[in-house]
Amino acid sequence: MKIIYTDALVVGGGLAGLRSAIAARDKGLDTIVLSMVPVKRSHSAAAQGGMQASLANSVKGEGDNEDIHFADTVKGSDWGCDQKVARMFVTTAPKAIRELAAWGVPWSRIGKGERTVVINGKHETFNERDEAYGLINARDFGGTKKWRTCYTSDATGHTMLYAVANEALKRDVDIHDKKEAISIIHDNGVCHGVIVRDLINGELIAYVARGTMIATGGYGRIYKQSTNAIICKGIGTAIVLETGIAELGNMEAVQFHPTPIVPSGILLTEGCRGDGGVLRDKDGYRFMPDYEPEKKELASRDVVSRRMIEHIRKGKGVKSPYGDHLWLDISILGREHIEKNLRDVQDIAISFNGIDPADEGPKGWMPVLPMQHYSMGGIRVKPTGESTTMKGLFSAGEAACWDLHGFNRLGGNSVSEAVVSGMIVGEYFAQYCHETHLNTNTSVIEGHLEAQINYLKEILSYDGGLNIFDIKDEMRSIMQEKVGIFRNGDDLLEAVHRLEALLKKTKEITVESKSLGNNPGLNEAYRVPKMLKLALCAAKGALQRTESRGAHYREDYPKRDDMHWLKRTITTWENPEDTLPSIHYEEIDIMEMEMPPAFRGYGRKDSLIENPMSAQREAEIEEIRKTLGTVDRFTIQEALLDYELPGKLKHKNERVGVGYA
Amino acid sequence: MPENENYREIEITVFRYNPQDKDSTPEYQTYTLTETPGMTLYIALIQIWSKMDHDLSFDFVCRAGICGSCSMVVNGKPRLACKTRTNEFEDGKITLLPLPAFKHIKDLSVDTGNWMNAMSKKLESWIHTQEETDLSRIEKPVDPEVADEVFELDRCIECGICLASCSTKIMRDDFVGAVGLNRTARFSIDPHDQRTDEDFYELIGDENGVFGCMSLMGCEDHCPKNLPLQTKIAYMRRKMVKVK
Ligand SMILES: Cc1cc2nc3c(=O)[nH]c(=O)nc-3n(C[C@H](O)[C@H](O)[C@H](O)COP(=O)(O)OP(=O)(O)OC[C@H]3O[C@@H](n4cnc5c(N)ncnc54)[C@H](O)[C@@H]3O)c2cc1C
Ligand code: SF4
Ligand code: FES
Repeated sequence: MKIIYTDALVVGGGLAGLRSAIAARDKGLDTIVLSMVPVKRSHSAAAQGGMQASLANSVKGEGDNEDIHFADTVKGSDWGCDQKVARMFVTTAPKAIRELAAWGVPWSRIGKGERTVVINGKHETFNERDEAYGLINARDFGGTKKWRTCYTSDATGHTMLYAVANEALKRDVDIHDKKEAISIIHDNGVCHGVIVRDLINGELIAYVARGTMIATGGYGRIYKQSTNAIICKGIGTAIVLETGIAELGNMEAVQFHPTPIVPSGILLTEGCRGDGGVLRDKDGYRFMPDYEPEKKELASRDVVSRRMIEHIRKGKGVKSPYGDHLWLDISILGREHIEKNLRDVQDIAISFNGIDPADEGPKGWMPVLPMQHYSMGGIRVKPTGESTTMKGLFSAGEAACWDLHGFNRLGGNSVSEAVVSGMIVGEYFAQYCHETHLNTNTSVIEGHLEAQINYLKEILSYDGGLNIFDIKDEMRSIMQEKVGIFRNGDDLLEAVHRLEALLKKTKEITVESKSLGNNPGLNEAYRVPKMLKLALCAAKGALQRTESRGAHYREDYPKRDDMHWLKRTITTWENPEDTLPSIHYEEIDIMEMEMPPAFRGYGRKDSLIENPMSAQREAEIEEIRKTLGTVDRFTIQEALLDYELPGKLKHKNERVGVGYA
Repeated sequence: MPENENYREIEITVFRYNPQDKDSTPEYQTYTLTETPGMTLYIALIQIWSKMDHDLSFDFVCRAGICGSCSMVVNGKPRLACKTRTNEFEDGKITLLPLPAFKHIKDLSVDTGNWMNAMSKKLESWIHTQEETDLSRIEKPVDPEVADEVFELDRCIECGICLASCSTKIMRDDFVGAVGLNRTARFSIDPHDQRTDEDFYELIGDENGVFGCMSLMGCEDHCPKNLPLQTKIAYMRRKMVKVK
């Protein structure tokens, strides 16, 4: 029996996991990072468009600060987020990007003098300030008031991930790749590590640690069409659910991105629209201004995706063998801009569709359709990143629901969150590992290891003749068709029933190769039931939530209902034999908000059921402001909402021209 | 996928072997499938895996040419499989072998992570500086052109194709390859990094480094990111010669 001990165990080697591991190493802890794939191949590498941080370097970002980033994030979330966490995030984001700059991320920098950009289909020229020369540049993104999304061409995630991974190597973080965590070791409500399957030889290993961090990314691959890498199956999230103790939050909150390319589903970054690209229909008509006069193509993703489907339903889609789609036109940005700032987009369009988007006119238009993109839901944790119900279990990044994004996340806020939460949660995690002594015995560990060996043997002994891949495909189709962009009660009920039936069927399969070693068929056989459990959490959560909020849109309940639904969906899987999750809710208190619920400024205006407490809190805030008189924005902020950050992270951020104001 | 009788059949022949299994012997296996429009080797292999052979091993992650996982030898050339379209091959016959120069795991799967991590550590592939960064302060300005130049070289995705195309690597297992030399060039032009040419000489000033390269250009010809590898290797060599 192989048992490996360490101080701090991080499962997941994307931006969130690696940055957390750095925090742990910097405290002198022995730290192991486990990853299904070489860490630099983690899905973070695929992030294209950029990272949000309110640096306010560019003229187009002038006046930006934490407050505006905060307001954008809260509106984006449709008031579903934890505003305390949003505050922690916006205050740390500028520090995160500056740390990354010092670690060598070659952020695009501001040049001298004139800069020409495309805004609303027209070329505009402006001058950058001299004192901003050489500082980090930013582009426009959806749902933001200022240009705040910093970038390295359209390979932002790649350069960030390489810098962070190299810093982890520098610190001798021990990286074990091709290792998959398949269950959590715990007793008495405390987590002691994970059971891991070595994906090279199939060996099961117990990794035991004082503290365990799950940073395994999203669960997008439960959908048929997704921009996510094929490893984004949510296994890390599922094994937390399977403890029966730890909780998941808002699993029905799934984001659909407006512009993956058809049919492969490979993403074309929001930077395409941020830089001035437009959406067109079968007549070549730019339709978004009709729906969203103010933000047009740059309303939040949930809104743009729905408007696109709405337009297709009116018969305006372009017919293709893969169903209807719309066009994304970036040719108006000019070849030079595309070849410099949207180079991967061009490469993708040429390699996979034979289209050069820099070609002028319809020839260069790229076929796009909204598809699954991001998992707002995940492992429910406190603002410190520790599970609400299991000690010693932490989570950060896309895997976690701490809850920054509520029901919709803004583009560029996610790689930013991954690094920021790695800094904040990583620090709390490191403190925990530092102060905690390992308190378990080998019989507990061996018991968990034994259980997993027996489980895998049981799977190999199934002899029902079904193919696990067919079950997986059916799950993905159900999610696509019934738990998609537009949802309704009948479809969701059907989805829950069918998914539940599928989960039962996973015991009626036959795995051809009976090897416990390297056996890709067996991999799917134990992963699919886990994916189905997550699918059930999302479907059942969506069925019960009889309102529309952010990315969760119910055609039978089209209004956001602040009277009844200002709450977080909490899901658990109480018994291993259960075939459905259990759901309860966590209230979100308006009276504790810095920014009480209101209209977002985009989307439908008439679709709100207001809660009278919003007005009450608004009045209270007004009163507090009055009492304070003329004070700086930090004093007001503090009076409205209290939040903590470890160490120097709470310090004020300096900006060009305004210092620390 | 649309059904259409005009679609042709293609034959994909895959090298099968599990070195960890004593009973396994190296062999080729051929799968026949219908080619659909826009089919890539990713789509084809996933189809083979899910419909014909659950035991087939390969490494895809992003399936978009971004993560560098899926390098393999396609009809004799090392390439990213996910970016290879099947209609490129006129006779419809495609032979796939695992990427050489790395430890073979099974079938088309190889271990690149450990080699790349060891290379990154050996070349100290991170910023070296004495300066302390105060994260609250405005970042250090960088000339936009310099930032773009660094970015250009930072685009390497550690796919390993340059090593699989390299004659030196076959003779010297410890040769850091174009991937490694490009990495040092990247840090040497990064204004945040204070290392001198002497420092870099310690890392690559030998036959496993910049003097091992025979300028055969295999790396640059095959690099999927079109990195200017020969120019950068020559640039580092000129610098290192001066140190000597
Ligand atoms: C195509 C695309 C483009 C995007 N572009 C942007 C953008 O421009 N801006 C932005 O802000 N966000 C973007 N995002 C979102 C963003 O990239 C991700 O949300 C973020 O990178 C997630 O980071 P992470 O560290 O949480 O997880 P990941 O980077 O997904 O890392 C997960 C890690 O966990 C490991 N892992 C998973 N399961 C297990 C297991 N069971 N056992 C062991 N290891 C496991 C994996 O190997 C991997 O190392 C984009 C996403 C996509 C899909
Ligand atoms: S230099 Fe090119 S071929 Fe070599 S690893 Fe990097 S991207 Fe791949
Ligand atoms: S799978 Fe990522 S490059 Fe091919």
